Amino acid sequence: MIRHLLSGADLDADTALQILDTAAEMAAVSGREVKKLPALRGRTVVNLFYEDSTRTRISFEAAAKRLSADVINFSAKGSSVAKGESLKDTALTLQAMGADAVVVRHPASGAPHRLADWVDGSVVNAGDGTHEHPTQALLDAYTMRSRLGRLAGLSVAVVGDVLHSRVARSNVLLLSTLGAKVTLVGPPTLIPVDIAAALAPGTDVCYDLDAVLPSADVVMMLRVQRERMGDSYFPSAREYARRYGLDGARMRRLPEHAIVMHPGPMNRGMEITPEVADSPRSTIVEQVANGVSVRMAVLYLLLGGNNR
Amino acid sequence: MAYPPAARSSPPRQPSVKVILTSADVQRVVDRIAHQILEKTQGAADTVLLGVPTRGAPLARRLAARINAFEGISVPVGVLDITLYRDDLRRNATRAVGPTQLPPGGIDGMRVILVDDVLFSGRTVRAALDALGDLGRPASVQLAVLVDRGHRQLPIRADYVGKNIPTALAESVKVTLAETDDVDEVRLYAEGAHS
Repeated sequence: MIRHLLSGADLDADTALQILDTAAEMAAVSGREVKKLPALRGRTVVNLFYEDSTRTRISFEAAAKRLSADVINFSAKGSSVAKGESLKDTALTLQAMGADAVVVRHPASGAPHRLADWVDGSVVNAGDGTHEHPTQALLDAYTMRSRLGRLAGLSVAVVGDVLHSRVARSNVLLLSTLGAKVTLVGPPTLIPVDIAAALAPGTDVCYDLDAVLPSADVVMMLRVQRERMGDSYFPSAREYARRYGLDGARMRRLPEHAIVMHPGPMNRGMEITPEVADSPRSTIVEQVANGVSVRMAVLYLLLGGNNR
Repeated sequence: MAYPPAARSSPPRQPSVKVILTSADVQRVVDRIAHQILEKTQGAADTVLLGVPTRGAPLARRLAARINAFEGISVPVGVLDITLYRDDLRRNATRAVGPTQLPPGGIDGMRVILVDDVLFSGRTVRAALDALGDLGRPASVQLAVLVDRGHRQLPIRADYVGKNIPTALAESVKVTLAETDDVDEVRLYAEGAHS
């Protein structure tokens, strides 16, 4: 078993499927009388969040607590980081407190990789800059598999701001490993040149959303980050919504079985209309629930045995 | 699954293996346990059989099938994976989690009979009891095992025992079943022959 989960590329197909299978067993716990397992009793999981996040932090916290681990939440606001403490010194502090796992979100790409050199415990990347977010990719894969029954051979369109999306990067890496075919869709300004070849051979790029819809099994909409809208990647929000937003008319052009995903938080009316977001094809709420199961599986597989 | 688990490799020396129960013996023993369950539970009403993986699960299904054949009663069968409740999780590499399947009626207020292949230290049963407590509140819990080899480390005993096998601690008992290993057999491996 791997020691850290830093990138979607850390996982080979067997390990990724083991995580998904374990997550399926973990999911049963949420339907039980006692929603808790004793597997990580006495272990400490630190949530180290340098960026705002609700669903990811809460999801990791719920996952750790359901496995009976102790959880310490550490957010940069109101901590010594606000006083200028470096990532390394914070890491050494966590190390001294005996953290068995550090779940880290950081605005700088690569921060979790550095952290992994400084602490003895396992490091889980919960989103680093515009780089990766591997547990999101795992929960997306889990959601696809539970809705569509398989991953190999699926046609997945990832639509929107690929340039700034850690979700897109991790998904391309993981889904290619698991045999799905990914097409990146968006305005040319938001899709880095050569990204497809750099991440995973076999990944396609298309600048026309309407062209990929009829053959897509999964459409994954990415959030258009409001802070990017002033940076002239596209002329206006309305033009973006017209060309790359998923509305009811576009949704009806998808195959019968196709699902619509979104990692959240979404901008209703921008990349996705309320009609689509609230339709039965949308898996957005399922993705949140599956997130807890998948993160339980990751924490159990990293911390459950004597893997170091 | 025996606890500690018996290794899966075949023995290096043939003479150190002794067959304790043959295929026919295993069937007779399962029949007897099924009769005993019917007798002791007065017809197996409100009873659930829960097999502990790996080999407890097919044993539980066989017991249910035999009970059905003898008296036409269908007893709900389930599988209880105890991996996440083991007390030696952090002593070994991470163990794969198996499926837990409770019968649709659940276990609340039922008589739950845990089914396993070998009763050894008693730690598997301890873990199973903890798992049951998180899944519901059975009216009572009983234990059925194919083989009791002794050397308990916890105050646990079985209600139904297929065969008591006096063993030395260094010996190991291996149960194979047609469903999981192609053949029904119980073998005793001598010291060091099967580790």
